Amino acid sequence: MSVTRLLTSAALALGLASAALAQDKTKVGFIYVGPIGDGGWTYEHDKGRLAVEEHFGDAVETVYQESVPEGADAERAITQMALQGADLIFTTSFGFMDPTLSVADKFPDVKFEHATGYKAAPNVSTYSARFYEGRAIQGHIAGKMTTSNIVGYIASYPIPEVIRGINAAYIHARKVNPEVEFKIIWAYTWFDPAKEADAATALIEQGADVILQHTDSTAPQAAAEKAEGVITFGQASDMAEYKPRPRVSSIIDNWAPYYIARTQAVMDGTWESQQIWHGIDEGMVEIGEITDAVPADVKAEALAMKEAIATGEYHVFTGPLKKQDGSDWLAEGETADDETLLGIDFYVEGLTAEIPQ
Amino acid sequence: MSLSSIDATLLLASLIVAATPILLAALGELVVERAGVLNLGVEGMMITGAICGFAIAVQTGSPLVGFVAAAAGGAALALLFALLTQVALANQVASGLALTLFGLGLSALLGQGYVGIKPPPTARLDLGPLSDLPFVGRVLFSHDPVVYVALALVGAVWAFLKYSRAGLILRAVGENHDAAHALGYKVVRVRILAILFGGACAGLGGAYISLVRVPQWTEGMTSGAGWIALALVVFASWKAGRVLLGAWLFGGVTVLQLNLQAAGAAIPVEYLSMSPYLITIVVLVIMSFDKSRAPGSLGRIFHASQ
Amino acid sequence: MPRLERRPQPSARWTWLAPPLAVLVTMVAGGALFAALGENPFEAIRTIFWDPLFGEFAFYYRPQLLVKAAPLILIAIGLSLGFRAGIWNIGAEGQYIIGAITGAGAGLAFYPMEGWFIFPIMIVAGALGGFVWGMIPAILRARFGTNEILVSLMLVYVAEQLLAKMALGLLRNPEGRGFPGSRNLQHYPSAHNAELVANTGIHWGVVAALIAVIFAYVLLTRHLLGYQIKLAGQAPRAARFAGVNPARLVLICLGLSGALAGLAGMFEVAGPAGQITIDFNVGYGFTAIIVAFLGRLHPVGILLAGLLMALTYIGGEAASSTMQLPMAAIQIFQGMLLFFLLAVDVLTNYRVRARKTEVAP
Repeated sequence: MSVTRLLTSAALALGLASAALAQDKTKVGFIYVGPIGDGGWTYEHDKGRLAVEEHFGDAVETVYQESVPEGADAERAITQMALQGADLIFTTSFGFMDPTLSVADKFPDVKFEHATGYKAAPNVSTYSARFYEGRAIQGHIAGKMTTSNIVGYIASYPIPEVIRGINAAYIHARKVNPEVEFKIIWAYTWFDPAKEADAATALIEQGADVILQHTDSTAPQAAAEKAEGVITFGQASDMAEYKPRPRVSSIIDNWAPYYIARTQAVMDGTWESQQIWHGIDEGMVEIGEITDAVPADVKAEALAMKEAIATGEYHVFTGPLKKQDGSDWLAEGETADDETLLGIDFYVEGLTAEIPQ
Repeated sequence: MSLSSIDATLLLASLIVAATPILLAALGELVVERAGVLNLGVEGMMITGAICGFAIAVQTGSPLVGFVAAAAGGAALALLFALLTQVALANQVASGLALTLFGLGLSALLGQGYVGIKPPPTARLDLGPLSDLPFVGRVLFSHDPVVYVALALVGAVWAFLKYSRAGLILRAVGENHDAAHALGYKVVRVRILAILFGGACAGLGGAYISLVRVPQWTEGMTSGAGWIALALVVFASWKAGRVLLGAWLFGGVTVLQLNLQAAGAAIPVEYLSMSPYLITIVVLVIMSFDKSRAPGSLGRIFHASQ
Repeated sequence: MPRLERRPQPSARWTWLAPPLAVLVTMVAGGALFAALGENPFEAIRTIFWDPLFGEFAFYYRPQLLVKAAPLILIAIGLSLGFRAGIWNIGAEGQYIIGAITGAGAGLAFYPMEGWFIFPIMIVAGALGGFVWGMIPAILRARFGTNEILVSLMLVYVAEQLLAKMALGLLRNPEGRGFPGSRNLQHYPSAHNAELVANTGIHWGVVAALIAVIFAYVLLTRHLLGYQIKLAGQAPRAARFAGVNPARLVLICLGLSGALAGLAGMFEVAGPAGQITIDFNVGYGFTAIIVAFLGRLHPVGILLAGLLMALTYIGGEAASSTMQLPMAAIQIFQGMLLFFLLAVDVLTNYRVRARKTEVAP
């Protein structure tokens, strides 16, 4: 086994050395799970890449590979980038976790950054965004603005990230509107415009006048636009083309500051492995413009909440909170720790649906 | 959980909309298969139609011109398939799969400048007092024109195959191409025309997704609708009327599934999603006892020299 | 207009000449496409066809070719037997998925126990899973005459739903923080389909693919069953007189191709892919159909076609990564290659003649 490892490293290091000599720019690679043209998740990561290029100009060279399937193909794509002399590689999907670690093991001198995962190594960092902070603000606006008291929620897969968002939105909607009810549809996809449009339509037909989405296409926005008096929020990207209605605000994944900072760290030789979870404060989660379709006082409250979250004054999950089954979760004034949040698999009290198993 | 929150009228209305793309594509494929050709490239032709229709509609500002372009785009891709299978006598299964690969790539390339753009709206057809009728008004008489085109096409295809001379020739070619050839019919010409028609229909179905149902352009947005259309043709046992029924069933399962979830019913989504396919298999088995079976020459290569 | 005339025998010369001709034509047409996109066509073609084999990083790409080609060849060999007999299994994708599920499931059932017997059990389970999934259309065809093309295709969708169900439910990694996907078999030594020799890309799936090629070759040239398969495809009526039991042939061909596809799925999930995820299948079952035809349903041809197909994948990815060509352009390029390969086949079986003035029959 050790002989195998040795041979692998030797062979790969040889290739790496010859590639690294060819250039003195810092080379930054990006592995995307979808096409750049998806208008959502991958699109925003690519905006981050372009920001890196703009910020450093000739000092960096960026490369990317789009539509990389998770699994065996991902490992090859990442290796390929490392072989071609990338100094820093961002792998931007949860499914790239194990492939990233496996390649990182063979290229100890290359730095890796894996988005949304939880496994790190000396040359692998993880980074993720506290999208739930934005969800809380959406929940507040939703609770204030719904007249039917029904909020529709298009969810993707029943994983902690999504469940966290539902909880955050619901807690803050109920806080301002005890009558509010959440209707949740699991689309079992991150990206399927036709299905997302159907899901939004189904929710609207069942009385929802606010649609929150945790899927990446703008199809729900378009569906809401066709209906009267329904509001939505942009997801992943601003979805500004649906301003000022139905899209009244948005959560934007802003990766640019992080990508620039990490590239800088590699250039300076100060890069170290870390596991970060950034929110509104660090600018990784951005709240898109709240349009005039939102009453001025609601908008002011939403902005105040954003400010309080950013300064750390307010934590989105602050007790007293109970779990859906009525058992206690957080006591008065207590805030949820990251470990619980990262693995959350329960709804808070008041949500009527069940998490599918 | 309160199933009462599901409004049957609205459910049926959205079911009709959800069924339209696969209905259009399946009708086209039905004619192709009736002519004895199996074109597995429906997905590729649909997505090509989706981008052609979208791009042209955006450029001209007219959804109508967009739909015409979508049909042309779908047919153009189908022409490739026709050249391969009818002129170069290549295997149909492999050619169809290659066509899907090609169409997905082509559409993504064509669509690069069209992400995040809103297309011109397709107006609902104003049917005056009919639209105001209770129940049927909302379910049947308040849609966009394409829905009615699709429904009319069901009738047209049915009548064409059953009553017209050309339809009879097409079926003869599909049942036994050697016999049809011996009778002096132009087997290859009939098949090429059928393939082009199939491509145009698939293109229309794709454009319905990008121009009406979603409406926007994103890569890979048909996400498997073409494959469902293929299943649908089989489910319908190559009969136009049953295609309509099947489209509502296949489209309906998705819409119903989403509605049940929204109403709070805890349903096993995966099992519900696989049900149309299982039903199709059962239908296939039942049909095996029936005389309404697959066209005799389906998928076989025809060469006139025999 | 020229006219096609069927050759009494497929032309031996064109059998060998046609594929290189198709590759050449694709290079010209693809080069034009890349040029139209503002890229250097020569560099693009070199990156796709030359670099993975002889370029700077060939030491990495050559093994990857085997990794990518192995499942394609394994599945295509199974399919080709049926295709020769006129039995159309186009649902290999589904059998591949089920084989991966049963194979991975069998391995994970033993977790965290270690033992030499676990991997063989997984192999059997994977083959059995694919076999059972292939037997559904087989039995329906043999018993009721139901069209196997369509049943096997329908079962792909059913398998995909089952895969999602498994990734989210039964096989979900209990330590995976709630994310969909099973445990990674690469981290479970007894179940890991590892490289047999370091840096060669050769894992058990590659070995199985080679065995399958040899097995199919011997079967088709030396064995009665191979003769029956060929006869059933070429002259079904004659086959019946010769005592071929069509139902039995259907069961054998679909069962065999299902088992091989299941094996491919199992080797993939236990090795290169590592885990059951919602998007585990990437279309090998469908691509293998193309591979089978490109290889003209001949075992050696399939071996070469599988490698060529793998080359376009790997070279295409390389071109996309180094030249920043959009993946869409690579897909179009692959589509072109397939079109041309399928189209030139006509030269093997037909002779092009200038049309003479025909007398109406």
